[in-house]
Amino acid sequence: MTTVDEAGAVVGRKGLDWRRVVARHGWTIGVYVLLVLLIIGYIWALAPVTFTSFDLNTIAIGGLPLAFAAMAQSVIVISGGIDLSLGVMVAVINVLAASLMENKSFGIALLIAVGLMVVGVIMGTINGGLIVLTGVPDIVVTLAMSFVWGGVALLIMRTPGGGAPGDFQALGTGAFLSSWIPAGAVIIAIVLLAVWMPIRWRRPGFAIYGIGSERARAYLSGVNVSVTRVLAYSIGGFFAAMGGLAATATTGIGTPYAGNFITLNSVAAVVLGGVSLAGGKGGLVGPVAAAFCLILVPSIMVFQGIDPNYGQVIQGALIVIVVMIGGLVLLRERR
Amino acid sequence: MVSRARGYARAREHPFARLGGAFIADMSLLEVRNVAKRYGPVVALKSAELIVEPGEVHALLGANGAGKSTLVKILTGVIRHDTGTIAVNGDEVRIGSPERARRVGFAPVFQDPAMLPDLTVAQNLRLTRTDIGGAREWLERMDLTVDLTEMTSDIPLPMLRMLDLARALARDPQLLLLDEITAALPSDLAEKVFDVMRQWRDRGRSVLFISHRLAEVTATCDRASVLRDGRTVGTLEPRPGEEEKIVELMLGTTRSQLAESIESETREKEVEVVEAPAPKAAVGEPQLVVRNLVVGDDQDGVSFELRAGEILGVAALEGQGQDLLFDNLAGERKPRSGEMVVAGNPFSPRTPYEAIRAGVVLVPADRILALLPQRPIRENIAAPLYNRITRWGPINRRDETRRVQNAIEALSIDTRAQRQARRLSGGNQQKLTLARWLAAGFTTMLCFDPTRGIDVGTKRQIYALLRELAEAGAAVLLFTSELPEIQLVCDRTIVVYRGAVTGEMPAADADESALLKAAHGLGTVEAAA
Repeated sequence: MTTVDEAGAVVGRKGLDWRRVVARHGWTIGVYVLLVLLIIGYIWALAPVTFTSFDLNTIAIGGLPLAFAAMAQSVIVISGGIDLSLGVMVAVINVLAASLMENKSFGIALLIAVGLMVVGVIMGTINGGLIVLTGVPDIVVTLAMSFVWGGVALLIMRTPGGGAPGDFQALGTGAFLSSWIPAGAVIIAIVLLAVWMPIRWRRPGFAIYGIGSERARAYLSGVNVSVTRVLAYSIGGFFAAMGGLAATATTGIGTPYAGNFITLNSVAAVVLGGVSLAGGKGGLVGPVAAAFCLILVPSIMVFQGIDPNYGQVIQGALIVIVVMIGGLVLLRERR
Repeated sequence: MVSRARGYARAREHPFARLGGAFIADMSLLEVRNVAKRYGPVVALKSAELIVEPGEVHALLGANGAGKSTLVKILTGVIRHDTGTIAVNGDEVRIGSPERARRVGFAPVFQDPAMLPDLTVAQNLRLTRTDIGGAREWLERMDLTVDLTEMTSDIPLPMLRMLDLARALARDPQLLLLDEITAALPSDLAEKVFDVMRQWRDRGRSVLFISHRLAEVTATCDRASVLRDGRTVGTLEPRPGEEEKIVELMLGTTRSQLAESIESETREKEVEVVEAPAPKAAVGEPQLVVRNLVVGDDQDGVSFELRAGEILGVAALEGQGQDLLFDNLAGERKPRSGEMVVAGNPFSPRTPYEAIRAGVVLVPADRILALLPQRPIRENIAAPLYNRITRWGPINRRDETRRVQNAIEALSIDTRAQRQARRLSGGNQQKLTLARWLAAGFTTMLCFDPTRGIDVGTKRQIYALLRELAEAGAAVLLFTSELPEIQLVCDRTIVVYRGAVTGEMPAADADESALLKAAHGLGTVEAAA
């Protein structure tokens, strides 16, 4: 029998309990340690060439679109869903941005960017709305929608092309204050703090975690489950749009068929980042680091002189292993 | 308390006085009139009546399947009722969602913890728009210390129940619904719950209290409404020492119902004698031996012996671990600890497949779960055959036809809708789950509530068949939520309470009230002779 005393602690204890922080965020901390290790590996693989701020920026630029896609997938997976059309949505926004922004001024480009964020939210809302209205499993609806969005991307732009003003590209490729602080990383931090955190720590955020955790209990707690599910997809759509804009800024062009690579990697980043595929657990900070980890591995192998095709095999195997470990952890928890 | 009782008496004397209810100052807090609910062909509630006055602690009682939880689900907005009216303070309301229930002033504490495990307690409170200060105040009043920033999944179960209670209280409801809250509580915490119930009453608010423990009801409740077979059969003032009177009411000894049930049972028994000889003492070897099998958290071990040629009844209230026990025996779940022996060999199946290979088969309550609903009768009956007859070679259709035909005849299954099992009636579906094992062969049959929601005629056929199987040497373990049936079909009965066998008796002594008393923990029944 458990007595009251065993429940421990005091009502409304103040201050930080470091042991609990580590217990709750251990996985995230681990992912950042892994990221640092991989960067050290990158420096080592680069030798004898010295690692400069330029190389750090290269890593940031390479991982930026995937980092946003991972954030998008995280919100959706935490809510108990999954979106297999995410990568293609990123591609749609990417080609839209590249075709609309070509030869425009920086100011206009920013306005277009805001408009495309709205488009991303609408696309996500369509995905979520279809899932809730039809009652068809998330994975089926979003797989079907990936073909729809994929077709839309090709209708907008048949081959890679388009462009964006230099100032807009600098938002993704430049540096902030010091050459060692990539602008992309700053933008991710701003989006996390200004967009996600206000949602996360209010009722909508609790509701998203709640429906992913125990849908029936969330319903009994008075949560509007359908609306919350759609909300998660809408937020995901916003982050996907950020990913598309980041792709435009970092590459300077639009590429209509980069989608599926991003989708698969976003799921891998979510799992590696500590989000449970069963929903309800994890955050967005871990998957961001995981996205950069997934980008670093093939780069290191290229520097080691490994055939890029092998690199693809190894990266694919890595994703399988990561997802498998996530699945095993899940299985153990259920037992 | 006297005035409350008098108020109630007045309402009973003048049933139509409430037509002008809106003008009467002291109207009832909650009036449930003639509420019914059916799930497809199964009638869960026929006509529930419940009147809760302001400032009373009202108990809702009933045996398993009487409709208590259905009524609670309706009142808390989890499901909607089909017909009847629910009025709060004289105004008719429709409670369509948990959110609506909250707005009309109901706060429930459900049987299972309701807090979301991946949020902190404080986040759970904010999610449900609960006043955190209020919840904290109630926790302090109950002398409990909890860190509200703790993850809910890290908090022990009894404390979670208390948090659910504090959360419900902080919403300041007119009516507090407590569904089996004391089931998971140690006595010191249960005492705190009773204190809170009294305090709540003293504020002029009301509590609807649901508990299997009759001693708690008589000690804390002002009035009690009793449900039986989906109908409210009476309301009374429970007093300590009158537990047995309440049990009688739960069983339904009102004159008309008694006559009704005697009539149907004698009809049944006449046929019973013809189709299956009366139960006789089991003489076979022990077929299934269970020793100290621990099936779930906070449960003691189950021990019993099941002999060949015997039907052993299992009597238990809801949630005493009987479902886990059957899952363990059928290989669907691994026991925490303990030992199982089948026909002298140690038995620890990892999957249902292994259990079936060892001759231990399950007839579950949920028929659709056991069947291949989209496939024809023939394939459903023949499915387990392919484990044995020819594993790699072609299927012997002639042998299959013979076995299937025999099974269909033994159970007189209605084959008119044979193309898809899901189109069969519930009774025929249940016969199908039995027929599979007749065709495939077995030594030990586990029947978990096999007659749930089945008509009397089919019930009789199923029980006659179980008796025949036992005569032929099979060992049958039978759990049924319909206690009178135990005396009808079983040779011997064990009573399971909190995952342990608390009583054992021959079927002759196992009448409904004896079983109910034992299952409620009212005096242990010793093994007779």
